[in-house]
Amino acid sequence: MNGNGADKIVFEDVSKFYGEVLGVNRVQLSIPPGITTLVGPNGSGKTTLMNLMTGLVQPSRGRVSVLGISPNEPERMFRQAGYCTQFDSFPKGLTGYQFLYLFLRLHAKGRTEAEQLTWKALERVGMVEAAHRRIAAYSKGMRQRVKLAQAICHEPPVLVLDEPLNGLDPMARAETIALFRTLASEGSHVIISSHILHEVDRISDCVILLTNGYVVAEGQIQAVRGEMQHEHPMQVLVRCSNPGVLAARLFEHDHVAEIKMHKDRQGLLVATRDGERFYDLLNQLVLEGAVDVESVAPADDDVHSVYEYLIGSDGGAA
Amino acid sequence: MRWTQILAILRLELRKNFTGKRAIPVYLLAALPVLLFAAHAAGIEGGRRRCTGTEDFMAYAGVFQVFTLRLAIFFGCVAIFMNLFRGEVLEKSLHYYFLAPVRRDVLVAGKYLSGLVTCGLLFCLSTLLSFLIVSWHVASLRNQDLFAGPALGHLGAYLGVTLLACLGYGAVFLVMGLLFRNPIIPAITVLVWESITIFVPPLLKKFSVIFYLESLCPVKVPFREGGAIFAITADPTPAWIAIPGLLGLTALVILLASLRIRRMEINYGAE
Repeated sequence: MNGNGADKIVFEDVSKFYGEVLGVNRVQLSIPPGITTLVGPNGSGKTTLMNLMTGLVQPSRGRVSVLGISPNEPERMFRQAGYCTQFDSFPKGLTGYQFLYLFLRLHAKGRTEAEQLTWKALERVGMVEAAHRRIAAYSKGMRQRVKLAQAICHEPPVLVLDEPLNGLDPMARAETIALFRTLASEGSHVIISSHILHEVDRISDCVILLTNGYVVAEGQIQAVRGEMQHEHPMQVLVRCSNPGVLAARLFEHDHVAEIKMHKDRQGLLVATRDGERFYDLLNQLVLEGAVDVESVAPADDDVHSVYEYLIGSDGGAA
Repeated sequence: MRWTQILAILRLELRKNFTGKRAIPVYLLAALPVLLFAAHAAGIEGGRRRCTGTEDFMAYAGVFQVFTLRLAIFFGCVAIFMNLFRGEVLEKSLHYYFLAPVRRDVLVAGKYLSGLVTCGLLFCLSTLLSFLIVSWHVASLRNQDLFAGPALGHLGAYLGVTLLACLGYGAVFLVMGLLFRNPIIPAITVLVWESITIFVPPLLKKFSVIFYLESLCPVKVPFREGGAIFAITADPTPAWIAIPGLLGLTALVILLASLRIRRMEINYGAE
């Protein structure tokens, strides 16, 4: 890692106000390569953060840099970044091919190179067959894919994607997620905003949770979950042959907050304020032969649970 | 590299300027003087009117200064230049350019050039055709060559004034489209100002585009004799001041647009 932020996307005490309306406030972030997901309810500031990253809006206070470049220098920044916006509007009268080809010409690419990159991007998003049809005749999913192609066509190391899975059918979704993984494994920054939490959970290396314009948590989801275990004890599902005995032994320890017997009486849902001590204790009990454990699985260390705890199901801050 | 980008912007913009819905009134405005003089020539040829060649050229000068400059080119530039940015904001498509590695001032230059090519081409063609119709008619009346006497020089001057009008008004309306959410009101203000300048003192006339354009026209139209009894005449500005003055104004306004666009944000929701 580079200490001066040349390999990161950095927000330094960034605030954005639209008149008197708060967009985001006092955001301090340093986003490394990999897949980072912005999660939050509508109006939480996800799109504002992305627009700030790409210079479509200017911060009211603070500084943003993308791989060490200010978004105020679009001629440098957009050689390094591609942005798939939520805006569902396109220059009139263009086909998918023209949309990308002319965009690459705006990148000052030569004709041959622009053609090659256009076809490559169309192929990556599965739009080759519809390339010469007008965008106005595309379905929502096709428009989404051509926007994605626009973001990746110049092969930038930073991809900013605002709800990129919206409107895609399950097959296209799976292919798109695979594409994100490939790009991230190649060392790219892939910043995604999404409200489809189970998909976020599957693909994210890192999450940033936002509510009402504030970043309420950031980092790897398990680490974020771990930091919350005092307010929201971690829940672990233990499948075992003798849950009653296990429950009795666990209750002897003060970090165990709650135990629920599973419906089939073949397991327990244990809430603990100290995950590490709980797992040590469980190992000890197994070694003693006190219980016969079939499986152990965390029940609430996913994005959905963290979102529920921090933001709440109604979207307000918890 | 910047030229490649400007050419790409031109390609996109010219398609919109020439084929978009907003082009229809511009085509009509450019066609009107041609139709007017064609009808005039046809009327005379049919023996319904009598006209000397001098009157024809004076009529042309009057129509050019009152209609072509003050209305046709003015509103043509409003339709084309004002929508270069404003239209894209309303159609929510400006981000296409903002997501490319194009300096914002290069974008202004590319868009302005596209507007200039569109308006320049249409209105120069209109000026050329209408002048040719008048010249052809006068030539046949006097039994002389098409470009006998000062006709060719006059044609060059009218074409130059047309281009300068597109250049000056274009820059003004481009920046209005960037500065104002509803640029029609400032455009009307400019129209009113440009229209009343024949009635204002000579010093104030110098703050209008039309004064310099009229100074460059080869035939002076006596507005007082034409019925505008409150018109105040002023000495025309010499070409060596008028042309650099108009070019300077254009450069200044384009610079202002370039500065403005650097801080421009994409916030379609607020429109």
